[in-house]
Amino acid sequence: MLEKPKVAFYWCASCGGCEEAVVDLAEAILDVVAAVDIVFWPVALDFKRKDVEAMADGSILVSFVNGAIRTSEQAEMANLLRSKSKLLVALGSCSHLGGIPGLANLFDRESILNAVYLESPSTVNPEGSLPATHHKDDGHSVELPRFYNAVQALNQVVEVDYYVPGCPPTPRIFRTALQTLLGDELPTKGTVLAPDHALCDECPRKDTKPERLSIVEFKRPQQLLIDEQKCLLAQGLLCMGPATRAGCEALCVRGNMPCSGCCGPTSRVKDQGAKMLSSLASLVEGKEEAEIDRILATIPDPVGTFYRYSLPASLLHRKKLDRASLHEPAASK
Amino acid sequence: MRNRELTRPEKSQATFEPRIVAFFCNWCTYLAADLAGTSRMKYAPNVRVIRVMCSGRVDPQFVLDAFAHGADGVFIGGCHPGDCHYQEGNYKTLRRFHLLKRVLQQMGIEDERCRLEWISAAEADRVRSTINDMVEKVRALGPLDLIPTEEKVSAEEVAV
Repeated sequence: MLEKPKVAFYWCASCGGCEEAVVDLAEAILDVVAAVDIVFWPVALDFKRKDVEAMADGSILVSFVNGAIRTSEQAEMANLLRSKSKLLVALGSCSHLGGIPGLANLFDRESILNAVYLESPSTVNPEGSLPATHHKDDGHSVELPRFYNAVQALNQVVEVDYYVPGCPPTPRIFRTALQTLLGDELPTKGTVLAPDHALCDECPRKDTKPERLSIVEFKRPQQLLIDEQKCLLAQGLLCMGPATRAGCEALCVRGNMPCSGCCGPTSRVKDQGAKMLSSLASLVEGKEEAEIDRILATIPDPVGTFYRYSLPASLLHRKKLDRASLHEPAASK
Repeated sequence: MRNRELTRPEKSQATFEPRIVAFFCNWCTYLAADLAGTSRMKYAPNVRVIRVMCSGRVDPQFVLDAFAHGADGVFIGGCHPGDCHYQEGNYKTLRRFHLLKRVLQQMGIEDERCRLEWISAAEADRVRSTINDMVEKVRALGPLDLIPTEEKVSAEEVAV
């Protein structure tokens, strides 16, 4: 019998939504199971890391890794799967661009650990212990993963062959990507497996977008009764459609919510947030500084809005760090 | 995305010379800089001028890319309001600049590192004074010193 191609799934810093996206294939998952051999999938199947370590290099046809890289263990697993796989695919926004966890790059490690383990009102930690990489107890010692100073996209840690965008990727995007990868003709390395044009292009409200948009106030979805037919930008909602890759079939817009940008930029854009900022700011009405500032003040959190899924993959990667904050915190027990 | 080149060697504060990237509009500030040159005016040599057809051509990505590649400051020069060769370009610049400044603040990059000035073709002296002023302000701040994520992780942490 001809051996079926081997496929692996792994998750790093993510919510589990991408695993859900695989299951969301519904009946089509039976075709997938028939076509491939799943050799590693911690969320669903009982294989261990040592099982992967025992495999020959390059014996897995494709590994889908979702989630950003935040800890040393995730970087190790990414490297391990890289060496065991012919193709390494970043699945979903976190792995592709850093994703929502990537917004933690607005803080450094120390302030994150302090907030979670010392300062949060619901934390009870009288000894003030912080996570440590070594721990000794009763003659036994354990090693734990290290918490990095920054969140990184998968391709900032290992070489990545393809990207499947979305938070999470829709079943259609994932199915199409899988068919492409199992097919005979592979696309150019580094391709994002989704259409390469802006979401506005496939938006059902495209025809209602005015020739010249002019924005006098940005509104948040809860501040108005949203017209279900009209272009969301024309209603003053901050829709990321102009700077976001298509492929999701405008799911959020169909649900009457503005696009938040999860599919990342098209191939011509390096920095999704800067491009959206550029496009949006030029639509703002007003020629006086005070008037412009008044309108722009209705965007409360520019980085969180424009870089919601892409901060680690952006040109600046993260908030500027103080070099002094880089030293290792003293190991606590 | 990996192996981003590191253009700046470590420098001490004492020998620090700010590196400033300037985007000058072809119709006004660039001509003013040219006039400053032909008039033999002297100004700080820390500025690398890039000519663009309009300050409206300055994509915010250019500014971020300059910072990411080792610039300590970015200076944008355009036509006075109402004087744009393309009628509206400098207003678009102004709006983008105001939003970009808020992003830079959130990213921890000091206000003085990014500056927009309206300088007409006749204002050579204004090129001299604003550049000198910016160089001194950035010098006082010190190097931007962004720590690249990749460098840190690949060098110290991923030893698998």
